[in-house]
Amino acid sequence: MQSLANPALHRNGRFAKDKLFVILCIAATMLSITMLIILLTSIGLQGKDFLSWKFLSSAPSRKPAKAGIYPAMMGTIFACGVCALSAIPIGVGTAILLEEFKPRNKHLRLIHSIIQLNITNLAGVPSIVYGILGLTAFAHMFGVLGTVDQPILTIGTTEDWYHLRLPFGRSVLAGGLTLMLVILPIIIISSQEALRAVPGSLRHGALALGCTKWQTVWSTSLPAAIPGIMTGTILAMSRAIGEAAPLLIIAALYLRFTPGHLMDDFSAMPLQIFNWASRPQADFHYVAASGIIVLLAILLTFNAIAITIRQLTHRPMS
Amino acid sequence: MRSISTIRFAALGLAAAGLLASTLTTNVNAADKKLSGPVRIDGSSTVYPITEAVAEEFSEPAPRVKVTVGVSGTGGGFKRFVIGETDISDASRPIKAKELKAANENGINFIEIPVAYDGLTIVVNKKNTWANNLTVDELKKIFLDSSAISNWKDVRPGFPDEKIKIYAPGTDSGTFDYFKEVIAGKKGSIRSDMSVSEDDNILVRGVAGNKGAIGFFGCAYYFENASKLKAVAIDGGKGAVLPSSKTIESGEYAPFSRPLFIYVNAKSTAKPQVDAFVQFYFEHGPELAEEVGYVRLPSKVYAIAKKKYLTRHTGTHFLDAEGEKIKGALPDIYKDKK
Repeated sequence: MQSLANPALHRNGRFAKDKLFVILCIAATMLSITMLIILLTSIGLQGKDFLSWKFLSSAPSRKPAKAGIYPAMMGTIFACGVCALSAIPIGVGTAILLEEFKPRNKHLRLIHSIIQLNITNLAGVPSIVYGILGLTAFAHMFGVLGTVDQPILTIGTTEDWYHLRLPFGRSVLAGGLTLMLVILPIIIISSQEALRAVPGSLRHGALALGCTKWQTVWSTSLPAAIPGIMTGTILAMSRAIGEAAPLLIIAALYLRFTPGHLMDDFSAMPLQIFNWASRPQADFHYVAASGIIVLLAILLTFNAIAITIRQLTHRPMS
Repeated sequence: MRSISTIRFAALGLAAAGLLASTLTTNVNAADKKLSGPVRIDGSSTVYPITEAVAEEFSEPAPRVKVTVGVSGTGGGFKRFVIGETDISDASRPIKAKELKAANENGINFIEIPVAYDGLTIVVNKKNTWANNLTVDELKKIFLDSSAISNWKDVRPGFPDEKIKIYAPGTDSGTFDYFKEVIAGKKGSIRSDMSVSEDDNILVRGVAGNKGAIGFFGCAYYFENASKLKAVAIDGGKGAVLPSSKTIESGEYAPFSRPLFIYVNAKSTAKPQVDAFVQFYFEHGPELAEEVGYVRLPSKVYAIAKKKYLTRHTGTHFLDAEGEKIKGALPDIYKDKK
């Protein structure tokens, strides 16, 4: 064995390069962490004065001291709830089809690759475009199903919690589904990556034991992929909760109530924060900072839930 | 420093709320408490603070009415209004011929109600000692695409050698549209080498930090930042006038003050909650508009508007029979008889 003092080993300064690499990695990490700390500190300092129980529980106001975020917060929770409940099953389902049921037939393979290409492209579409799409597809339903005032179908009255109508109009449901469109490509792509990372030997083992395709997916590949899927979902939901552009034309801004049913009007926190930040009165800018703190808190709660699920379902593969 | 100003602000707010509450209790109709149902409003983000304030106060006497206010922009608001999706549309400009046509096609009649003035303020840096007043022609020199001036010394003989830096609101905003119409007219265009931001607060910061800067935005932003900026008196041909609530209300501050409107769907006024809301708007709109930074209209105009509303006088006053735009000061156009 050669000693490290051997000059031949120090050729090209490879140890120096190694040290430099570590330093660069540390610098990169510190840079992003410092930025984050600066951002959070400044938001925290600006927002702390207006952060109170009253801020969380009251409606928007023209007076900064009285302004609250409650309706926007509830609107965001409702819309993101709809978004998560629709986007996760649809996204994961699509990923399973694309990964686990790869066609052998030449024509089907072509269709498969076209779908794959489109999903990858969709991830790069600006979110305001999704807003317009959501307005046409969900709120107005292309105008073929009547208007909000003369819907083609209604279930229950506006007093009932299960009230539904077609078309949806500018409602929580339409808003949540629009957010779903925004994050669907992210969920599909990350779920595909997670499924792809499951070792083929696990699948082969299941198939060799006589499992059907369904049993293989449900009991073997999907459980093994859940940690990866959850990571993708966390990233996707973080995006959905902060999106203002797609909701701009679907959500309202001022209202005093919590959505009572899926057809109700709603507001969203990013819209409210943006509006406060662009007001002339300086005090509203501090209110906006308080709103950002609340938004971050909700985001962290969502993520904590997802991380808990990930930890609980994480099992060693062998 | 900040906490003091916060306390003072809160105290002022409380005092104002107390005042309002005392005026409100005298006006509350006992029947209002039983009112319910939706009032759907959408439109201009410039008018939004006024409508938000009115909706906020309206929730006191009529807590069960669900007022929703959106900010799709004047154009976006009208798009919904002309198909009957909203009861009231906030607008920072009068309705356009195209929008009127769409409304007629869908059988939507409306009552046009001016609610406040928004003065456009031209501002420069505090250290700018030379430009105390500017004529409209000089503004054209600075802002028009066709003139290639980029230094203050070329604006007027005697001005110092200082580069001009322009800060302007986003080209999609009603504020920019209005400024463009006054300065460039229909065919001209505003230069493109400006610092543009959708957020007027960024314009305030830009002008405050650059000696040669000039910018423009709604007067509310100037009133809030008067200590950081200097307003330029505008000479529209009758002597230089500084923007203030007095000069804007009287119409002396021309040509940079524009009226803000709400458009009420005539069919919706049959709904008691919408009717109550509009009446409430008449009663408290002027003081609330002032509170959020706009300028109230001459009381004569409010009286005419109320009369027109009560008689359900529909249609616009700003387009002639051929759909051409009628220009002029609001009190000259918005008259008792159309």
